[in-house]
Amino acid sequence: MGDRTPTIVGIGLSDYPKTPHLDALAHHGLAIRRALDDSGVQKADIDGLLCFGSYGIDDAPSMAEVLGITYNFLDGTFAGGTVFEYYVQHAAAAIEHGDCETVLITYGSDFLSKQGRILGTQLYSSGSRQGGPLQFEMPYGSPLVSGYALAARRHMHEYGTTSAQLARVAVDMRANAAMNPLAMYRDPLTVEDVLASRMISDPLHMLDCCIITDGGGAVLMTTAERAKDLRQAPIYVRGAATAQTHWNISTMPDFTVTAAARSGPRAFAQAGISAADVDMLMLYDSFTITVLLLLEDLGFCAKGEGGAFLDATRLTFDGDLPTNTDGGGLSSCHPGMRGIFLLIESVRQLRGQAGAVQVPDAEIAVACGSGGQLSCMGTVVLGKERA
Amino acid sequence: MKAETPVEGRILPLPNSATKPFWDAAASGELVLQWCPACQQAQFQPGPLCRTCGDEPEWMKASGRGSVYTYTVVHQSRTPPFDKLVPYIVAIVQLDEGPRMMTNVIGCAVADVHVGMRVQVAFAETVDGIALPFWQPEAGEPA
Ligand SMILES: [Zn+2]
Repeated sequence: MGDRTPTIVGIGLSDYPKTPHLDALAHHGLAIRRALDDSGVQKADIDGLLCFGSYGIDDAPSMAEVLGITYNFLDGTFAGGTVFEYYVQHAAAAIEHGDCETVLITYGSDFLSKQGRILGTQLYSSGSRQGGPLQFEMPYGSPLVSGYALAARRHMHEYGTTSAQLARVAVDMRANAAMNPLAMYRDPLTVEDVLASRMISDPLHMLDCCIITDGGGAVLMTTAERAKDLRQAPIYVRGAATAQTHWNISTMPDFTVTAAARSGPRAFAQAGISAADVDMLMLYDSFTITVLLLLEDLGFCAKGEGGAFLDATRLTFDGDLPTNTDGGGLSSCHPGMRGIFLLIESVRQLRGQAGAVQVPDAEIAVACGSGGQLSCMGTVVLGKERA
Repeated sequence: MKAETPVEGRILPLPNSATKPFWDAAASGELVLQWCPACQQAQFQPGPLCRTCGDEPEWMKASGRGSVYTYTVVHQSRTPPFDKLVPYIVAIVQLDEGPRMMTNVIGCAVADVHVGMRVQVAFAETVDGIALPFWQPEAGEPA
């Protein structure tokens, strides 16, 4: 039978941040080949596939065909940019249950080259009429960024959080990006720079918002038993939990509390850890407010104390709580969905392969994604040791 | 009450079986909410069942009064007609009956909107018999 503990054995990044010569499929291909090479997994051994993409192009059944994967497990769940943390939860269960042996999680996007920097400020409707729940939002012109601004404003109202406190997140992510030769933006930032950048949706400035890039990533997972024969040190999935409070922002129950307040404690309990055990964090930094809310909801500080926590805590690779050591979605890489990069950078850190931004003796990493508009939260605890 | 705000070019609702009564009422200048007799509570947006107990909801007339729960002033918006309307206010209004809805606060300078501001509903006619609810400062609310 062997040890079926779900284990990440391979990671691959495509090229980023701007790659006009690659389309989304090429990003998938590059990332997958690099993950295979990284791990020593034979392609023919992949019997599970998890991916989300455009219908008819890179959705899960299309990709099974294009990649030639004869699967025993397929998942194309959608939950926004954190869906890759959902995939880890699903793949871990499937591997533990014996539904499959080796799964591929893959993502590729040519967002920047094909569509430009429109994600945050454009309305996504299929025409002049909007059905479904968005019929109550679309007439009022609330682009993606405004949903996060609504949450930031409410947090400021309830807890006195300031724009300068939020700006600390952007400043620290930029400091991490400065160490990453591939990062989109590497010049140092100050709090004043963030506050002086143009207002997009009050209280969020341009530098409170994530960037748009191209990019892709792939993750290979198998059993701890099979991992023994592969190239890299095994990284164990110690916990994985998901939760949702709403999908469209107008129905968020409490604009200061995300579903990570549920997914986080469940994932931590599975892993047998508390926040104090976490050596490095990967938080979906779609906007600065997202990071503040996740820090609170995961228990790194109390609800409402995120602003003061950011005043006192450096999130840089060499700081108090190393977070987004690749430079994050705010400065390095965000091709529309960032969840897979949270996993890949966590694995790099736990393997001790993070180079200049290596967190010394990193043994526990937490990746927490946010999908939709602070809607879907996936929390994954990874470790060098089993739970 | 009639809302004075530009509506041309906005993406309009495509009602479904659950939401049609809301939009029908809006067209006649009335704000209605679903009401669950079992739970004794109102819900918005309308759905095929009560989201608390699963029963079939009824409809009630709402007071059309509420307060701003949170808001943002949008300064950059690419999609027409909003690219020409900036800066404008997107807000979440908490109705006195409990549920919240997204809206634009109109009839209010962007510098004056604030959390807790009392607002009342007003409808703007668009095309094809669709009227959109907007919210504006309650009569008597100090600017
Ligand atoms: Zn009920």
